[in-house]
Amino acid sequence: MIARVIVTPKPVVNDPQGITVRQGLVTLGFREVSDVRVGKYIEVSLDVATEHEARQRVEAMCKQLLANQVIEDYRFELEPEGRRHR
Amino acid sequence: MKFGVVVFPGTWSDRDCGWVIDQVLGAQLQYLWHKDADLKGCDCIILPGGFTYGDYLRTGAIARFAPVMEKIGEFADRGGLVWGICNGFQILCEAGLLPGALVRNASLEFRCQWTNLMVERNDLAFTSQCADREVIRVPISHGEGNYFADPTALSRLEQNGQVVFRYCDPTGNVVPSANPNGSMHNIAGIINKRGNVLGMMPHPERCSEPELGGSDGLKLFRSVAEGAIKVLVS
Repeated sequence: MIARVIVTPKPVVNDPQGITVRQGLVTLGFREVSDVRVGKYIEVSLDVATEHEARQRVEAMCKQLLANQVIEDYRFELEPEGRRHR
Repeated sequence: MKFGVVVFPGTWSDRDCGWVIDQVLGAQLQYLWHKDADLKGCDCIILPGGFTYGDYLRTGAIARFAPVMEKIGEFADRGGLVWGICNGFQILCEAGLLPGALVRNASLEFRCQWTNLMVERNDLAFTSQCADREVIRVPISHGEGNYFADPTALSRLEQNGQVVFRYCDPTGNVVPSANPNGSMHNIAGIINKRGNVLGMMPHPERCSEPELGGSDGLKLFRSVAEGAIKVLVS
């Protein structure tokens, strides 16, 4: 199973990277850009029997290490290993 | 008085702290390796600055799982003195020993410069040698020192008087222009409610001798050492 985890700064946390990227995009002429948030993408391969088990394990990984819930939100999706695209 | 200085892979201020303890203060020094599961009888544990584990994932995120951290958590629970400087402050927040988190500087720049700090509390083991609301001059050197806490945690810190150091101008005014990294309420250092776990972004070990341009940092090391003597006497 592959878990695709996305970690983003919480809306209340100031994201200077996002602000700077937004300014860059606007300077390039993408004037429609109103906001940018920069986060992280983490891919975790795991050996588990069921999707239910994978969900529980990845949830625990996010809480304990992958995200700091003081400043970050996380979400993830699961995919069977065979469909992994590079 | 025995200071323990913890060394993780990527720690870089361990020898600077060690020098101050050993050569300037004349106190006992013990380096502790991150894999140590024993604090070797130290009275005050310092988590020094650096880039533990390359700052991978988040600053301090991996270091908090080192074997030595479990012992430091227990030591803190028993009331032992724990002092996190720069990366050490980030580790203490990740470990949940202090509230909040340190995020990217608002300027996105790594800032290496002198700052002025308002000492908000001088009744602590770490600051007893400072005068009431003294302004001390201590350098910073970080890219992620922007203190963040949610509104509830922040008001709790303020109500409990847990803010120990605030960035200020040379005359002690806590103003936005003196804030080098965007920290909420100009926060440079905080303490836990019990008063035994201190985290601060500025580096007192880099200003503990006049040769280094200032020796205000030594007041903090001296506070810890003198406090220990008082406990022994009483």
